[in-house]
Amino acid sequence: MAELISYEQVDISYKGQRIVHNISFSLHEGEIMGIVGESGSGKSSLLRAALNMLGRDGLVTRGDIYYKGLDLPDLSPAEMQKICGSEIGMIFQHAGGSFCPIRRVGDQLQEILEAHGSPDQQENEQLACELLTRFGFDNPKRIIESYPFELSGGMQQRVAVVAAMLLRPKLLLADEPTSALDVTVQKQVIEEMLLAREIFGTAIILVTHNMGVVQAMADKMLVMHQGETVEQGLTASIMKAPSSPYTKRLLSAMPKLRR
Amino acid sequence: MNVKKEPTIRLQKIQPNRLNQKLYIFGGLALLLIICSFFSDQLTPYDPYLQDLSLTKAPPSSEHLLGTDRYGRDMLSRVIAGSKTSIFSTLLLVGFIATFGSLVGIICARVGKTFDTVLMRTADMFLAFPGLVFALAVAAVLGGGVHNAIFALAAISWPKYARLARSQTLAIESAPFIQAAKMAGSGPIKLIRKHILPNIAGPILVTAMLDIGTMMMELAGLSFLGLGAKPPIPEWGSMMSDTRNLLPTQPWVTLAPGFAIFISVMIFNLLGDTVRDYLDPKNRR
Amino acid sequence: MSEILRVEHLKKIFPDRDRGDLLAVNDVSFTLKAGEKLAIIGESGSGKTTVARLVTRLLETSSGRIYLDGEDIAHAKGTKLKEAYKKMQMVFQSPIESFDPRLTLGDGIMESLLNHGLEKEAALAECQKLLSLCGLSREFAHRYPHEVSGGQCQRAAIARALAIEPRLLILDEATSALDVTVQADILELLQHIQKERNMAYLFICHDIALVQDFCDRVIVMHKGRIVETGTPDEVIQSPKEAYTKKLIDSVL
Repeated sequence: MAELISYEQVDISYKGQRIVHNISFSLHEGEIMGIVGESGSGKSSLLRAALNMLGRDGLVTRGDIYYKGLDLPDLSPAEMQKICGSEIGMIFQHAGGSFCPIRRVGDQLQEILEAHGSPDQQENEQLACELLTRFGFDNPKRIIESYPFELSGGMQQRVAVVAAMLLRPKLLLADEPTSALDVTVQKQVIEEMLLAREIFGTAIILVTHNMGVVQAMADKMLVMHQGETVEQGLTASIMKAPSSPYTKRLLSAMPKLRR
Repeated sequence: MNVKKEPTIRLQKIQPNRLNQKLYIFGGLALLLIICSFFSDQLTPYDPYLQDLSLTKAPPSSEHLLGTDRYGRDMLSRVIAGSKTSIFSTLLLVGFIATFGSLVGIICARVGKTFDTVLMRTADMFLAFPGLVFALAVAAVLGGGVHNAIFALAAISWPKYARLARSQTLAIESAPFIQAAKMAGSGPIKLIRKHILPNIAGPILVTAMLDIGTMMMELAGLSFLGLGAKPPIPEWGSMMSDTRNLLPTQPWVTLAPGFAIFISVMIFNLLGDTVRDYLDPKNRR
Repeated sequence: MSEILRVEHLKKIFPDRDRGDLLAVNDVSFTLKAGEKLAIIGESGSGKTTVARLVTRLLETSSGRIYLDGEDIAHAKGTKLKEAYKKMQMVFQSPIESFDPRLTLGDGIMESLLNHGLEKEAALAECQKLLSLCGLSREFAHRYPHEVSGGQCQRAAIARALAIEPRLLILDEATSALDVTVQADILELLQHIQKERNMAYLFICHDIALVQDFCDRVIVMHKGRIVETGTPDEVIQSPKEAYTKKLIDSVL
C-alpha cells in the first residue's frame, strides 16, 4: 500500500530558533499515528506544519512533508486551501473555538459543504444529519439547530469530529483532541475517531501528551522530547518494552489505576 | 522507485524588532515638545505679544522665520508661546481625567452593588453629551476661556477611563493571583495598590497617550470656535480661527499654528501606538 | 486525631434568571482530620472546585457551616478571615497565573509573611528556606513567573502556601496543568512535605488514578452532590454507585 503522508527530515523554526529537528515518519491509509511529548516538545508544530499553519514566525526550514506527491510546505495558500478540509481535516483541543459563536451549527456545516462545491442546501442538510446519526448522535436535528454555546464542551468536540469528517478527508490531524475533556467524554470522542477510521478508512495523526489516549487509539507511535524523536515504532511494542529512558520515565510517571 | 532526495532547505526571514528604537524616537520627540512648552518663555525669539504695526503680515524671512501676523507679531514666537497653552493644558487635562476616571472605575469595581450602579450610570450620562454642545453650555454658564474649556472636556472625558478601569479590574479580580493575595492576608487597599493598579496601568496609559492627540484637537477646536483661549493669549486653535480669512492671501499666518497642531498630534499618537505595541506581551521577548 | 475541617450541609446556588438557578454544591458534608489527605474527585461541573472556593471563602456560601479547627468561618470576614488563612492555604491549578506577573516569585512568597508582621529581612530568609524545601535554588526569589517553567512555578506556589505554616492545604487541581513527569515530581514533593509537617490536604482532582496512591480517603462528587466516599481502594475496586463505576470504566 502506498504511503499517504510522509515527513522527511523535518526541521521547524520560530523566529530563527529551531524547535523541531530532523523528524521523519510516514503513514499509510487507515493507519493511526500517535505523537506523544510534553509541553515544548514541538509536537503541535509538527502537525501545524502539514497545513502551513505555523503562523508568520514559523517555517519548515528543512525537510519535506509529502502528501500524494505534493510537498506541503511549498504549496501556495490557494493550493493549500483546496487540500485543507477535503483531503486533510483538522481537530483542535478546544473545538468550541473553531466554531463561529453566533451562527447555528447546521449553517456552519452547510458552509463547509458549500465551499467545497455542493450548493444544494437540502441535500447538504441531509448529508450532515446522516453523518451525525452514523456517529451516534440520537437527535441530529437538535444539534444542527443549536448554537455552539448551547452544546457542552464534550458535545462540541464530538460535533467537530463530524464536521472534520464531512468532506471525507483521507487524513485527519488531531491536536490534543481529548485533553480538555472529562474522562467519560474522552472515551466517547476516542470511539468516534476510531469509528471514522472504520467507516471511511481515514488515517489519523494524533498529537497528545496522554499516553493512555495513544495506547487506546494508535497503531504506531512517536515519542518527542525537545524537538527530537526519542523513540518510534509500534504502539504495543513501545508500551510493553520502551527502549529509551525518557519513554520509560513518561510511562512510569503516568498514573495508572489498579482495579 | 523514488530516489532518496536531499531535504529541501528554506530560508527564514527574520524581522528585526525595531520597537525599542521607535519607542526612543517618539518618546524623545514627545519629550522635546513638552520641554518646549515648559520653557516656551525662554525659547521665543521675540515677545509674542509685541506688536509692530510697521511690519504686518510679513512673509517668512530670515528675521521672522514664520513671518508676522496682522499686528506684526512674530509668528514663530506666537507658535512657541502657544505650545504652553496647547500642550501643557492638554497634558494636565489628560493626566487629570485618567487618574480621576481610573480611581472611580477601580472603586466601582471593588465596591460593586448600588454604589457601582449609581456611579456608572452617572458616567453614562456624561458620555451621552456631545462634547461641543456641553462646552457651549459651560461657556454660556461660566463664560469662555481655557480653564472652562478644559473643565468642559474633563467632564465629558473621564467616564471613558472609569469604564476602562472598571472592566479591567473586574477582569483581573477573578485571576488566581488576586485570590492568592487575598489568602496571603492582603487587605483591600494593599490589593489595589500592589496588585490591581500596576496590572491595569498599561491599557490606561495607552488610552491616555492616544487621548493626548484627541484632546489637543478638541481643545484647539473649542478655541477655534471662540470657546477656549481668548485673544491675545496665543493658542493654536484660536490663532487659526483669528486668521482664517488670511488663508488665501497670507497662508503662513494660518498654516503655522495648523502645522504645529498637526505635528504634535501626530507625535503623541505615534508614541501611543508604540507604547501599546511595547506593552503587548506578544511583542516581548 | 483532632479534626481540622468539618463541613456541614454546604450549599451554593448561582442565581440565573434565564435558565433557572444552578445548584452547584448541594448539601455537602465531610470532615478532614489533622494530617489526613482527602481527595474530592469529579468531572467538570461536579462542584468540586466550588467546594474548594467555599471552604477558602473565595466564594460566598449560600448555606451551611464550615468549621476550621473548631471555629465557624462560613461567613468570616476581615481579621477573622485573615486569622483563618493562617491555618489554611491554597495551591491553584495554573501556577503561572497564580503569581502577579509584575512581581517576583519572592515577592509572592513573602507577601503573607509581611502581612503577618514579619520584618523584611526575616521574611527573605524564610523565603529562601521555603524555596529550598520545595526544591528550588534561592535565586528563584528574584525570578518573574513568566521566566520559569510551570513545574518550577508550582513549586514556588507550594512554598508560598507553606509560608505561614498552615495546617490545611487545599490543592485545587494543583498538578492538572503540568506535564506527567513534572506532575510525578510535584506529587512526590507534596508527599514529603505532608510527612515532614503533618499537614492535612484537601486534594481536588479529576484524575482518579492519581488519587489512588496519594490520598487516604476519597469523595466522589457528581452534579453538586457527594455520591460515594471511602478509601481509594474501596471506591476504585468495588464502587457502589453506577456513576462511580462509569467514571472508573472510562479511565484508559
